[in-house]
Amino acid sequence: MALALAATTPSDSIALDVEGVSHRYERDGTELQVLDNVSLTIAPGEFVALLGPSGCGKSTLLRLAAGLETPTTGRVLEDGRPITAPNPDRILVFQDATLFPWRTVRANIATGLEARGLLGEKGHRIDEVLKLVKLEGFADFYPHQLSGGMAQRAALARALVNDPKLLLLDEPFGKLDSLTRLRMQNELLDLWKSAGFTALLVTHDVEEALLLADRVIVLSDRPAAIIAEVRVDEPHPRQRDDASLVALRRALLEELGISHDV
Amino acid sequence: MSAAVEDTLGGAGRRTLALPLGGIWRNGLLAAGTWALAAALTYGLPDVIAWGATGLFAAVMLVGAGIFLALSVTVHRLGGFGRTLIHYGPWFIVLGLWLGLWEVLTAKLGWLPKPFFSPPQGLLHVYVTDWERLLICIAYTGRLWGLGFFSGILIGFAGGVALGWSKRFAYWGMPLLKLIGPVPASAWIPCTFFIFPSTFHASIFLVALASGIPVAILTAAGVSQVNRSFYDVARTLGADNRFLVFKVAIPASLPNVFVGIFMGLYYSFAVLVVAEMLGAKFGLGWYLQFNTAYSAYANVYAALVIMALICAGLVRLLFVARDRLLGWQKGIL
Ligand SMILES: Nc1ncnc2c1ncn2[C@@H]1O[C@H](COP(=O)(O)OP(=O)(O)OP(=O)(O)O)[C@@H](O)[C@H]1O
Ligand SMILES: [Mg+2]
Repeated sequence: MALALAATTPSDSIALDVEGVSHRYERDGTELQVLDNVSLTIAPGEFVALLGPSGCGKSTLLRLAAGLETPTTGRVLEDGRPITAPNPDRILVFQDATLFPWRTVRANIATGLEARGLLGEKGHRIDEVLKLVKLEGFADFYPHQLSGGMAQRAALARALVNDPKLLLLDEPFGKLDSLTRLRMQNELLDLWKSAGFTALLVTHDVEEALLLADRVIVLSDRPAAIIAEVRVDEPHPRQRDDASLVALRRALLEELGISHDV
Repeated sequence: MSAAVEDTLGGAGRRTLALPLGGIWRNGLLAAGTWALAAALTYGLPDVIAWGATGLFAAVMLVGAGIFLALSVTVHRLGGFGRTLIHYGPWFIVLGLWLGLWEVLTAKLGWLPKPFFSPPQGLLHVYVTDWERLLICIAYTGRLWGLGFFSGILIGFAGGVALGWSKRFAYWGMPLLKLIGPVPASAWIPCTFFIFPSTFHASIFLVALASGIPVAILTAAGVSQVNRSFYDVARTLGADNRFLVFKVAIPASLPNVFVGIFMGLYYSFAVLVVAEMLGAKFGLGWYLQFNTAYSAYANVYAALVIMALICAGLVRLLFVARDRLLGWQKGIL
């Protein structure tokens, strides 16, 4: 399936550079510092996972990369050019599925193509991605008729149908049961390998990060700064009980301030 | 053994009871009873003063009773329509009782006296003798209402979207809307006379204003309350402003828009009387005023009943339209 997707549209990838970014939100006159001098370089086609405590600023970093927000200081660059506005080359899958409740699953997935006037040309892709996320029987359902996990899969499909060059994923598998989660992780991995996009995945699951990513970055508590970076060189498919992965997991959990026996 | 006896007895008892009542609509029978009672009271007791159409009203009630009697055995064969009838069964019973009570209090006892009150046959008499004029009035009012209401909600909707979407529009428009909103329709009459070429245009303006303002206010509120993340999602997917307005803001605020349209519908009916004060020659509002002036309250009540029925019918249509357009909401509401 993933191979077929890649064959129809050879998608390339972009490099993402975060240069000394600090970010503050203003609320009722007080400022809330969320990111503290974060610098990060992601090569084209690389798969990077972000770990960090809740509320540290992971989603904020993704919003900056998507162009939904401009950093208070520092720069965010795609292939060396500053990111100033959202662009369907860089698609963010939100932490909540945020499906449009007035659109069916199919119409939700079609949103990006419709907005860019590509529905006629690439409309057939909708059925492909529906199959990929195993929602082909639910195309005409409205979001309120879906389970939480199904909604997340639909949101993932809504992003994938656009052939993004940079895919920003905010805990996309958070609401899935462990079996579906494993399957979706593998699908994502296959898709990433074949389509070749750059991926930045926010997750709170250390194992998921180690199974999928080339590099795992650990953020501190708010204001988030990078406190650790781990390269995972194991080839895919990875086994979660592989000795080197277990060692990395232990190291990462320690960075996050959690003892060994968890 | 005792169990067996009980069983046969109970079974037999159930059967004898169940057989005659098997397919019978009990509320239909009761409705037939109350309607027949109203007919009997109308026909049997003497009127304190002549109203006309007393015999006709009794006959109508009797026919109604006959229809309910026939329905009480056939209603189950009428499918969906039958189910609707069954649903309103208790209403039919009470309607018969209420008509009987109304009849007795007005025509038979005179406790609610002429000319302020009218018994049912008084209204019936109006329909029978004045139906041509009433039909013309309905047509005139229909034209005025249709033009006013639809132009009002269209402009109100467009204005509401602009107010909800654009900060600059809201800055200038919202205070104006809040000022204009509570002004009673009759206060507009002097300037509408001056501004509009004919009184008919002025009347349309009044109806349009009454229906447009709630639509504008609720649409504006709906558009400005749309969840920001919907815009974020659409923008990352490549949506331009046009797409954000027409494919995100408007569909998301449609439930609010419908609340506004419902309110506009009621206000537009309330304003009809005032709108038809402006030199209209026909129309239900005009009919109400004309007959009030002559203390012909039976005619007033007769026209009010027609207006209420038309309004209820339009509300019903609007519900159908809403359920079609907002099917995606089921389960959220
Ligand atoms: N629009 C906003 N205005 C003000 N403060 C905000 C806004 N968005 C986020 N914040 C604050 O920024 C901080 C980081 O939020 P963010 O959503 O990036 O956290 P997160 O790392 O994704 O957390 P989680 O793992 O729980 O999703 C939080 O303290 C939050 O309250
Ligand atoms: Mg988050």
